Amino acid sequence: MRSEPHLGIVGRAAPRVDALAQATGRVKYLDDLSYSGMLHGKILRSTEAHARIVAVDTSAAKALPGVHGILTGEDLPVAFGLLPVSQDEHALAVDKVRHIGDPIAAVAAEHPDIAQRAMELIEVTYESLPVVTTMTEAVETTEEPIHGDGPRNNRDREISLEFGDVDAGFDIAYHIREDVFFYQGNNHAALEAHGALGVVEDDGRLHVFSSTQVPHYLHRILAKVLEMPESRIRVTATPTGGGFGAKTDVFSHELVAGQMALITGRPVKFVLTREEVFYAHRGRHPVLMWVKTGFTSDGRITAMSFRTFIDGGAYGSYGAASLLYTGQLQTITYRIPAYRFEGVRLFTNKPACGPKRGHGTPQPRFGLEVHLDKAADDLGLDPVTIRKRNLVSPNTVTVNHLRITSCGLTECIDRVVADSGYLDKRRHLPQGHGIGFAIGAYMSGAGLPIYFNDMPQSEVMIKVDRGGGVTVYSMAADCGQGSTTMLATVVGEALGLDPSDLVVITADTDLTPVDLGSYSSRVTFMAGNAALEAALKLTDLVLTAIADELDIDQDAVEIGHGVVVAGDREIPWAEAARIAEARWGLLVTTGTYKPPKDIKGDYRGAGVGPSPAYSYSACVADVKCDPETGHVSVERVWLAHDVGRAINPLLVRGQIEGSVHMALGEVLMEEQTFRGALHSGPSLLDYKIPTVLEMPRVESIIVESIDAEGPFGAKEVGQGPLLPVIPAVVNAVHDALGIRLDAIPLRPDKVLAALDDLERGGPGRYGPTDLPDYTFRSPLRVDPPPEAVTV
Amino acid sequence: MEPVTLTVNGATRRLFVPPQRTLLETVREDLGLTGTKHGCELGECGACTVLIDGVPILSCLTLTVNATDCEIVTIEGIGSMTEPHPLQRSFGEHGAAQCGYCTPAMILTAKALLDRDPNPSEETIAEAIAGNMCRCTGYLSILSAVAAVTEENQ
Amino acid sequence: MLRLPPLRYEAPSTLEEAVALLAEDGALLAAGGSDLVPNLKRRQYPTARTIVSLRRVADLVGIRVESDGTIRIAALTTLATVVEDSRLPKVLREAAGAVASPQIRNQGTVGGNLCVDTRCDWLNVPDTWRQAAEPCLKAGGEMCWVAPAKKDCWAVSSSDLAPVMVALGAEVQLIGPDGRRSIPIEQLYRNDGMAYLTKTTEEILTEVVIGPHAGLRATYRKLRRRGSIDFPILGVAAAVRLDDADICTEARIVLGAVASAPLRVPTSEEVLVGRTYNAETIAEAAEAARKLARPLNNTDLTSRYRTRMIPVFVRRALEELG
Repeated sequence: MRSEPHLGIVGRAAPRVDALAQATGRVKYLDDLSYSGMLHGKILRSTEAHARIVAVDTSAAKALPGVHGILTGEDLPVAFGLLPVSQDEHALAVDKVRHIGDPIAAVAAEHPDIAQRAMELIEVTYESLPVVTTMTEAVETTEEPIHGDGPRNNRDREISLEFGDVDAGFDIAYHIREDVFFYQGNNHAALEAHGALGVVEDDGRLHVFSSTQVPHYLHRILAKVLEMPESRIRVTATPTGGGFGAKTDVFSHELVAGQMALITGRPVKFVLTREEVFYAHRGRHPVLMWVKTGFTSDGRITAMSFRTFIDGGAYGSYGAASLLYTGQLQTITYRIPAYRFEGVRLFTNKPACGPKRGHGTPQPRFGLEVHLDKAADDLGLDPVTIRKRNLVSPNTVTVNHLRITSCGLTECIDRVVADSGYLDKRRHLPQGHGIGFAIGAYMSGAGLPIYFNDMPQSEVMIKVDRGGGVTVYSMAADCGQGSTTMLATVVGEALGLDPSDLVVITADTDLTPVDLGSYSSRVTFMAGNAALEAALKLTDLVLTAIADELDIDQDAVEIGHGVVVAGDREIPWAEAARIAEARWGLLVTTGTYKPPKDIKGDYRGAGVGPSPAYSYSACVADVKCDPETGHVSVERVWLAHDVGRAINPLLVRGQIEGSVHMALGEVLMEEQTFRGALHSGPSLLDYKIPTVLEMPRVESIIVESIDAEGPFGAKEVGQGPLLPVIPAVVNAVHDALGIRLDAIPLRPDKVLAALDDLERGGPGRYGPTDLPDYTFRSPLRVDPPPEAVTV
Repeated sequence: MEPVTLTVNGATRRLFVPPQRTLLETVREDLGLTGTKHGCELGECGACTVLIDGVPILSCLTLTVNATDCEIVTIEGIGSMTEPHPLQRSFGEHGAAQCGYCTPAMILTAKALLDRDPNPSEETIAEAIAGNMCRCTGYLSILSAVAAVTEENQ
Repeated sequence: MLRLPPLRYEAPSTLEEAVALLAEDGALLAAGGSDLVPNLKRRQYPTARTIVSLRRVADLVGIRVESDGTIRIAALTTLATVVEDSRLPKVLREAAGAVASPQIRNQGTVGGNLCVDTRCDWLNVPDTWRQAAEPCLKAGGEMCWVAPAKKDCWAVSSSDLAPVMVALGAEVQLIGPDGRRSIPIEQLYRNDGMAYLTKTTEEILTEVVIGPHAGLRATYRKLRRRGSIDFPILGVAAAVRLDDADICTEARIVLGAVASAPLRVPTSEEVLVGRTYNAETIAEAAEAARKLARPLNNTDLTSRYRTRMIPVFVRRALEELG
């Protein structure tokens, strides 16, 4: 909800409320918790990529002194999955394993060494099955599907949609361009490995602590798999040592920690090793994509057809949504009068992919923005002009029924272009030095909850004690993005209190009202709005009570810094709160947030893509390339982001810089690859995260479009800024060397391959050319909304 | 079990540890100093950095028995909530911690640098923290936070 | 948390005791531990039983520079000490500074880096991974997974200091059951991923000695993905001596991380010696290096790419010395 900040609490660059606790090492992450009598758990994982489990012999492990519990698949037979449409996982494998690292059995023992030994003593008899590791194999293989046994066996999900008359759009086009791109999969590599701790509390209820971004979903799935009522389970999300989407699914170790505590009666802790984190994965999907766009002679898009093949790994996870995200958000930056999207998610015998910062959208954004760069060349336009001719306008509706409200994209573009001198530098830098440009956009939370319901997506409660102390309760889990500080700041601004003086209780299903979780960049918008509503209700109670007490008009009473101002009187907050409590009784207010209903279309697939507000970004990247070694270094990045309003500019800048870092990792070096079904290197040595030495200077430019529905006008910043960086770097490499890298990451060997191609008289391209031989079903035709611009 | 004597954050601790116990396990599990983190246990991420005789080392690669008679400093030993080390304050002020997981190691590494060189250049700071991975911040705010507490800027 | 397997620990106070302990089955020598500990945690040494630490042995730390310029570096001297010692040749300090990360250089030692175990993508892998694949030769299996047709292990020499020390013509002091001996460092290495050192397991490297080297120009270039942490996937150490007329009188070019031992490149050296040191001879020498090494696909990036980088890195190293 829009409200004008007037106290300067919102908008102030202030430290996180937990900054000192972090810097002094006092924050308790999952593995920092321990209980007396606590057992240590280990999970035995599959060494086969695809196999039927013939037998699991745990007798030797059971006999080992110090072992207190062993679980196998038959102990937890209920299937689960985060999305209602993908109930395809088990806590421990039942019948089959589907990738190396799939959980099979769990042990709990007095000491980690005993647990390790017990795990080694479990004997698994496998019957090997045919292994599928590539999307082409997944399409072609008909024997032994990874799930089920249907005719299109390894297909997880397929989508085929057409909005408006795409063929007509191509018919009127002056120029049509087609490209094929590949974006390699990658891992979140949050520094803290996942972990969970199960405890049976004194009242007999199960308490599961977990380094999760989604305590609410964990609560639901624990109840389902452990076959207990939710009221008998408490979930506490510990502060996560980085999430980025890694901890938005529910995992084997969380369910097993709960069950193990129940069967042993003792606290049991499971913490994954780094190797296990790479097997738990849920990282960025590898995406092979094809895009065809028609343009008028002056560069206006007449139609677009986008096709994606996404490699899901062995389980559904969030994949049904991931797939739709590879197609749905192309229209929120560019006015596309007719749009066709076909996509398929395929199962392979590799760890399951899922959501990572930007969920499903960095891949098509890379393809789209490089494609437009090439189209600009074709048409003799500069990359800024072609984009500006197609930009969406604020307060419009897209051809696929997405509602665009605030949009600071033009300002983002103008700022980065001006500050970087992009248009003057482009094509004028020396050989090997280049500059590139791209834009992006992301959601401020998904319009629909993950499971169908009509309840709020976020609920906040505020309570005031007799000393005037204010406690804010929200299930939002701080995964480092600063949601706790955001809540304190929003409430602080409304009540005139310093954020660091508020108590914020978060992420505990016993204590806090529901927030769906820290994913989809939803927390500032949704929990922020719920918190603001609760705070404004509280303000109203206090101001009314003071007005009544002083017998003056309520309009004459307002919130000041730590005081209530009534004419020339200033009543300290604590005193005002006591007056209000005397007037109203216990001061507890609540706020809720539910996105508007009218922001989505009415077609199968329409649930993914709508958001109450979209954030926008633009990026210019300056790169240097060594044509002899193929090494690319990014020298400087300009990133402008429309965050609606910066509730805390220090934290906004941090999200921008962090997004740039993660984007540079993805475009330059990070890749989760496999040799057959074996991970190429499940370690932080082999999986290359950029160090400080790879990090360029970043010019962060905060653009404020003041969204009409965001809390104080705010929108998201956690994910969006990642998106344009990747294509901007790729476009910069083209400016530097004249080559087109249509597959990322930009490994030096690929850069040289493109240069070799150029030298041989080719187009100077490295990238895929073919798509799997796959026939999509004919598209579901959806009429564009009447207000959308059509062909 | 091997007898070891360690000075940890100024206090002398006498312990018996199995020979294969690493200093990481000892500080976290035997001494309860959980401010020291771990991200790989193989020397690849830097999160377990502690100071031995003032020098940053990886506690996951150090046998506790080999640290006997050494002075060990962990994050708990350089400042508190009420009396933080200037770096601890500066990290908050510069937004140099997001999830906070790499922060203790990062601060200790920076402290060792500043103790040796009170006025490091930005390049020197970057080289000093090049073994500490941070996945959240993109490092730039960390460089600013450290630069802000050099002698020159204080 | 990944932990070490149960082990015995010995910390003898003399080298002789250490040598005797190393004769026992499953005894492993520990210096800084930065190579040994991760390998043990990954269960790469299934027969390991005892760690023999040298921490109590006197006189294994320190650098001496003698009046004739001879440099003596005791084996347990940390890499960070080498980086910081301004008396040492720049090439040595830079190579030591290119090893791993600052923390590892604070604990890793010169001796440890010279004897660092050979590495391979199929060997330096975590536990589940290892069990999912058949063991390779070095892990006790029947064949090498990188070059299945061959009967040798191709694990990669991954020391940054080794090629530099070879280029500088260093010698190493060893002590073993039969007493002390000194050998040119080149002879310490064997191009065999499993038995990559010629010293016996009981022998301890105590010191590396770099003889007088006035007038020798030397440099080291390292190929890796990131500016820190990563092992070399190609290292080029070059040392040349030029006379007043720019004639090259001595040349040593050594490649690291392309074989199981640091490789001298005599074909390149021969191109240079006796000829004027200029762009043309440098280019010729660089080209000559291409033919020697055959890196395989067992480290980061592709073998083809690494092969292609050999002449580039050799040329750039030599250019730096002109």
